[in-house]
Amino acid sequence: MISLTINGTPQQLEVAADTPILWVLRDTLQMTGTRFGCGMALCGACTVHLDGNPIRSCATPVSYAAGKHITTIEAMENDAVGQRVQDAWMDEAVAQCGYCQCGQIMSAVALLKSNPKPTDKDITNAMNGNICRCGTYPRIRKAIHRAALYTEVKA
Amino acid sequence: MSTSTTTDPLLLANVSRRGLLKGLGAAGALVLAARWDLAVAAEDEAPKYGADAMPHGWVDNPNVFISIAVDGSVTIINHRAEMGQGIRTSLVMVIADEMGADWSSVKVMQADADEARYGNQNTDGSRSMRHFFEPLRRCGAAARTMLEQAAAQHWQVPVSDCTTTVHQVIHTPSGRALSFGELATTASELPVPERQFLRLKTREQWRYINKQPDQLPPGTTEKAGQPMAIDGRDIVSGKAIYGADVILDNMLFAVIARPPVYGASIQSVDDSAALQVPGVVKVVQLPTASIASAFSPLGGVAVIANSTWAALSGRKALTITWDNSSAGDNAAYDSVAFKAAMEAESLKPGKVVRTQGDIQQALNSADQRFEASYYSPHMAQAPMEPPVAIAHIKDGRVEAWGPVQNPQAARDGLAKRLSLEADNVTVHATLLGGGFGRKAKPDFVFEAADLSQIMDGRPVRVQWSREDDLHHSFFHTVSVDRLEASFNKESEVTGWLHRSLSPSIKSLFGPDSGHMSDIELAMGVRNMPFDIPAIQQETGEAMAHVRIGWFRSVYNIPHAFAIQSFVAELAHKAGKDHRDFLLELLGPDRQIDPRNQNEPWNYREDPIRYPIDTARYRDVIKTATRKANWPGGTRIAARRALGLAVHHSFMSYAAVVMDVEVSEQGEVIIHRVDIAFDCGPQVNPERIRSQLEGACAMGVGIAMMTQITAGDGKVQQDNFHNYLVPRHSQVPKEIHIHAVNDRLDVPIGGAGEPGVPPIAPALCNAIFAATGQRIRTLPIAGQLRTGNS
Repeated sequence: MISLTINGTPQQLEVAADTPILWVLRDTLQMTGTRFGCGMALCGACTVHLDGNPIRSCATPVSYAAGKHITTIEAMENDAVGQRVQDAWMDEAVAQCGYCQCGQIMSAVALLKSNPKPTDKDITNAMNGNICRCGTYPRIRKAIHRAALYTEVKA
Repeated sequence: MSTSTTTDPLLLANVSRRGLLKGLGAAGALVLAARWDLAVAAEDEAPKYGADAMPHGWVDNPNVFISIAVDGSVTIINHRAEMGQGIRTSLVMVIADEMGADWSSVKVMQADADEARYGNQNTDGSRSMRHFFEPLRRCGAAARTMLEQAAAQHWQVPVSDCTTTVHQVIHTPSGRALSFGELATTASELPVPERQFLRLKTREQWRYINKQPDQLPPGTTEKAGQPMAIDGRDIVSGKAIYGADVILDNMLFAVIARPPVYGASIQSVDDSAALQVPGVVKVVQLPTASIASAFSPLGGVAVIANSTWAALSGRKALTITWDNSSAGDNAAYDSVAFKAAMEAESLKPGKVVRTQGDIQQALNSADQRFEASYYSPHMAQAPMEPPVAIAHIKDGRVEAWGPVQNPQAARDGLAKRLSLEADNVTVHATLLGGGFGRKAKPDFVFEAADLSQIMDGRPVRVQWSREDDLHHSFFHTVSVDRLEASFNKESEVTGWLHRSLSPSIKSLFGPDSGHMSDIELAMGVRNMPFDIPAIQQETGEAMAHVRIGWFRSVYNIPHAFAIQSFVAELAHKAGKDHRDFLLELLGPDRQIDPRNQNEPWNYREDPIRYPIDTARYRDVIKTATRKANWPGGTRIAARRALGLAVHHSFMSYAAVVMDVEVSEQGEVIIHRVDIAFDCGPQVNPERIRSQLEGACAMGVGIAMMTQITAGDGKVQQDNFHNYLVPRHSQVPKEIHIHAVNDRLDVPIGGAGEPGVPPIAPALCNAIFAATGQRIRTLPIAGQLRTGNS
């Protein structure tokens, strides 16, 4: 039995301790917004927040999250920064196939929470672990700058 | 049109089906009409082109595609696969615009595999808009006409007095109005008007088609210009449903250990440890596909479990000995040795596939001769969503879900494998997390069905890992292109000899001739447009040793790389400006019938309607170079220069100028990219821009880093640590797209693929201009590092 909090809800899970958080989310809890892309923390499609920090859920065993808080894409509609990032993604028409975008958004939200006005270089550093095969990178960059602007306006 | 009183999508599906059954006569008649057109064509012995030449052709019946509920909500069916190109938005937009629907009241419903009903669904070859723009405009126009007729009936007035505005029909003399919802029931009882009575909207009347984001009506865009993307909100909130997001009750999870060598079979399996893994339900051996396996699964050992993680852990615990004897010489495949063998072969005369003038005479009498050989490696499509499918067999029926580019191929294949009538096979197409050609091959759907059958019909989801995807793709081919040219004293090109070698996709479907097919040669070889007195093109033998499949823009990648690099090399040799030299090679503006260049395929489009148009080549070259301030002006500094390339594919024209700096350490910095693109009329300009930006990113990867290699018959890349694809830091921030010939008097061209081929040669030409170092082998990888030059 592993106890942890997911999107604010306490969960008691009967899963093997070595199960990556990704598969707990997807298979056990049927929260499918977090995507499988590589299984080796190489592509970022599975990015979630663990106590606010972006992690690759495909390579993080659920036991590591015991007693901690996981935040997923499903919580972003109720998160002030998450909403702005999602809006910015829409406004820049970022998504093509969209499969990687939940992971991109989770990385972007984590970036903006720690660094509300990132430079291009900050964005590259924070986002370089998130692959997009459709090649939406320039729009992701613009969307992050735009979200930072929204944050500024709101603040 | 069928009507319904509910907005529930599932109920709508049922109602829509009932509506179709009710109107089967009409629908059947229309389908027959489409067939009849074909029959007439056959009688005339005229060849079929475009959508007419595709299996199940096209359908333009509004009863098939449109449903209006009495509350006014409009549901439009999208029958093509959505993989990032935005077709679920763009085709629906075409119907909505022509019928006069308000975008905010439009919903989309994804079609199951059913080409007899919808027309061709094979989403491949950049042809969705090319083949369905006109039929679906007619579909929308027919719906509009029926709504106007319904209003005329209601008011007892001439239909000519009734006009559709937005989501309503107006009686023009009196100003009375009836909404689409109010007219739906009456309209649905009317016969579908005959095609000759349809009035298509003019360009000025379009509200959504061909509009830039800032020209769209209020309420149809997000703040800064997302043009009505159907799935946009679902994507950013995690609600969009891709293949692996389909969850069935009682579902099992499977992964498969497939033979590492193409065609190998199982010698022995020790599954005792795997069966000890908690959650593993069963381990089962699957038959090996015999070579020329087409879309058949490769076979291997499946681990079936009650979760994905248990299945993956179980597979890790398997000990398998493979038997390579069924794989022929594939087990000896070594991509380094194969490159050398192809290069040796390219020195010998090959099989002539196009000739004009006397190449030997041109070469023998040359003032100067120049030759170069180019290499492009295998690649895997590697869509971010690895292949995945779910199948459920019950009561003599199979139902499958998956991210399929070619749903009908999945359906037909399932019917054949399970010996079922097609009526007992349902294939639901989910969103695709990228396709790039990989998901046009439904082997993963067949695997799911085979395993469901083994598990007595329980639903089974087969999940491919990234390693599976890279080891067992249908790989982009591998190519050597050797080019030789002769110059006269005026430094004009008098002769052009191109010897092209690549394993053929045909090897996937039958005996391997070792030579490229007409289709592959039509991707940049035979349709090469240059005005040169003596031209000879040849193929050399190159046998396939892995599954060869199609990858976004296919054989255009190596051919454009070789030809566009070679032209830049020749310009340099001749001491001429590259752009001027390229325009000179194109010669006078003319429309070339590809058949006159021994090119019979032409992407299966009419060679008269879609000729090779050198004026369109010229226009994109001039636009891209002008926008980039060619030859560079003040932007250009030491180790920084512009590079140019142009290519025509999938009936569209793309020219690219790259502004590139190479650091002393060999780091490549792409400051800016200008892409001039001519696909004729642009239905969804914003989406075309994003397709070209994506093509640019993928092309940069092709140039810089992306390759699959093989040793001992096995693919040597496993995951994204050694299969390199572009990341944020490697893709240019500034990509400028310039539309050329966005006019209606040229037929529509493709948008998904044609942006890819010119990227790598433009980048390599810029690197040469900046450094003097010529790249002839892709990817560039470490070639520019100091000491490696």
